[in-house]
Amino acid sequence: MPAIQTDSSPPGGLEPAPRRSSAVRPGDRIFSGLSKGAGITLLVIMAAIAVFLSIRAAVAISANEGNFLTTFEWDANANPPYFGIAVLLFGTVVSSVIAMVLAVPVAVGIALFISHYAPRRVAGTLGYVVDLLAAVPSIIYGLWGALFLVPQMTGLYAWLDQFFGWTGIFAYDNTPARSLMTVGILLAIMILPIITSVTREIFKQTPKAHEEAALALGATRWEVIRMTVLPFGRSGVISASMLGLGRALGETMAVATVLSPAFLINISLLESGGGTFAQNIASQFKEAGSMGRDALIASGLVLFLLTLLVNGAARLIIARRKEFTS
Amino acid sequence: MGRNRTTVKLPSAPRRRALGLGAATAAGVLLLTSCGTDDNSGLPGAVDFTSDTVECGPEGTALASGSTAQANAMEVWVNMYQTNCENSQVNYKATGSGAGIQEFLQGTTAFGGSDSLLTDAEIEESERVCRDGGRAIHLPMVAGPVSVGYNVPGVDDLVLDADALAGIFDSRITRWDDPRIQELNPDTELPDLAITPFSRSDGSGTTDNFTSYLHAAAPDAWPYTPDKVWRGKGGQSADGSSGLVGMVQQNPGAISYFELSYAYQNGIDSVVLDTGATEPVAATVENASAGIAAGRVVGEDGDLAMELDYTTSEDGAYPIVLIAYEIVCDRGNNPATLDLTKAFLSWTAGEEGQEVVTDIHYAAIPEEVITQVRDRIQEMS
Repeated sequence: MPAIQTDSSPPGGLEPAPRRSSAVRPGDRIFSGLSKGAGITLLVIMAAIAVFLSIRAAVAISANEGNFLTTFEWDANANPPYFGIAVLLFGTVVSSVIAMVLAVPVAVGIALFISHYAPRRVAGTLGYVVDLLAAVPSIIYGLWGALFLVPQMTGLYAWLDQFFGWTGIFAYDNTPARSLMTVGILLAIMILPIITSVTREIFKQTPKAHEEAALALGATRWEVIRMTVLPFGRSGVISASMLGLGRALGETMAVATVLSPAFLINISLLESGGGTFAQNIASQFKEAGSMGRDALIASGLVLFLLTLLVNGAARLIIARRKEFTS
Repeated sequence: MGRNRTTVKLPSAPRRRALGLGAATAAGVLLLTSCGTDDNSGLPGAVDFTSDTVECGPEGTALASGSTAQANAMEVWVNMYQTNCENSQVNYKATGSGAGIQEFLQGTTAFGGSDSLLTDAEIEESERVCRDGGRAIHLPMVAGPVSVGYNVPGVDDLVLDADALAGIFDSRITRWDDPRIQELNPDTELPDLAITPFSRSDGSGTTDNFTSYLHAAAPDAWPYTPDKVWRGKGGQSADGSSGLVGMVQQNPGAISYFELSYAYQNGIDSVVLDTGATEPVAATVENASAGIAAGRVVGEDGDLAMELDYTTSEDGAYPIVLIAYEIVCDRGNNPATLDLTKAFLSWTAGEEGQEVVTDIHYAAIPEEVITQVRDRIQEMS
């Protein structure tokens, strides 16, 4: 709040509103103009991206001989072009879901440990390390995944196949483990730091009064967390997860390095094949003709819509949980 | 004053610094990797780039882009040309054939590099870029033998024919001790090991070439239409030739296809092809040149587009060869870069230009074709 000239005003800053508006200063005006401008720029950029994607996508989709939603093939450079996004949509959603299922609980755990359990010094170091992890470029994760993670997964997958192979989802044929499951695990590691650091900041903001009230009622530390920290942080955890999900949905290099792409949907998550939107764009772009590029843009549009949808859903959940956010 | 001011917590300085450092590291690594991806040249440490045969073009810079398959040859050519012609520069970006053709058709480059032929529609489109009623033509400039590399412990000499290769890459032959492989290698003890064929996950001229060979030489075993996109069943895929090389090295039982230079540099054994010749043909630079010689020029009106004879059974002719073309206008090239382009391409098509690339496992274009290329370059206007 700006400093106020009249010394008679109470320290709480409770003077009536009209007084403030009478003294508009150039600084205020510039700042409000700037922030309004920034907001509008964002909207304009988003609209421009959407328009660009739609126009180019329309070209490709109208020329497409296959069914854009159900065709299991990507032959966009052929004449006539023949392609569909079914495999990509499946791969993108499945790998991201695996990543979220694995990463969110762990991230919340780390965040709770840093904010409420760890001694101050350990918490500081741990927080710092987590932040550092977020800065590792995805190609490094990709190389690590391809050179280290993939060979290590074979044993785990053989074990899963032995005990859960009958489900079909965990059937494994002992080929190199470059499957959607491995991609999901790698993505989980990649989105862990983002979710952790945002969640940690939210948990730290839990009102001390709430926690102390819970303690005063005789709650144990776990009960304090369950009664105050988690409800308070719920919408924050969802927002953080959405940030992570955004990265998982759009991840390109790491997926392209680890996955063995093929235009088919395997019932088993452990067998190679499949693909994601971003990976397919990266793989196909180099040798794409003009129609091929438009087709890739059309797939990009679907990813764009998917992200919008997911974010919209998250907003809804957050809005319904408003009562907890104090 | 100031007693009512609420304090705003600024992010602490160390964290900002850490982020900055992280961002800088990230940017640095990206920069390094982006340079690193196409450096597979395996150039000898101290190549002598000086030459007496270079005839320099005028001062200026000619931009070019396209095929990654000829990127290493271009690197040597450009380096040698520029060492001898200081102010006359050629800048070749290995963007991939598709992008190279697009950029040439948009008129942003002096010539494009492509390892596949332009479509009729693209040739028609080129009439807008080429002035004076000219159109785009193909100049075969260098060729890359495509080797079939494998990783089978204990086997360093493996003979396969087109039928066996088609069976392997279509997942119908699934074990290395399959009788059909044993038949071709009577003296070799083949292990009881699963075969994992690896293909390119990205669109690639190498895939186009390899499947063209399979389709031509074993039409029954490989019914799929040749394409830049992989059509075989089963197996796994990886991005780029370097990705395939990594997979073959990592996985015993793996087999894949990539340019010969990748096989040499990484010490990967290559399949010796039983083409029906008196002796199975190894993937070497010389055999590849002989393989191209079995093909013929199919372009008309001065176009030098080539068609390979994949079914050749001539002795010492290795049929799986990727021909890299330079795409130029026969008439009406951009006058600003015409003379420079002609000087540069004349040199690359010249004797020394063709000779130097064999050191890095490229095959020279056979004499009777390259003389036509030289004539065509002289006639460019």
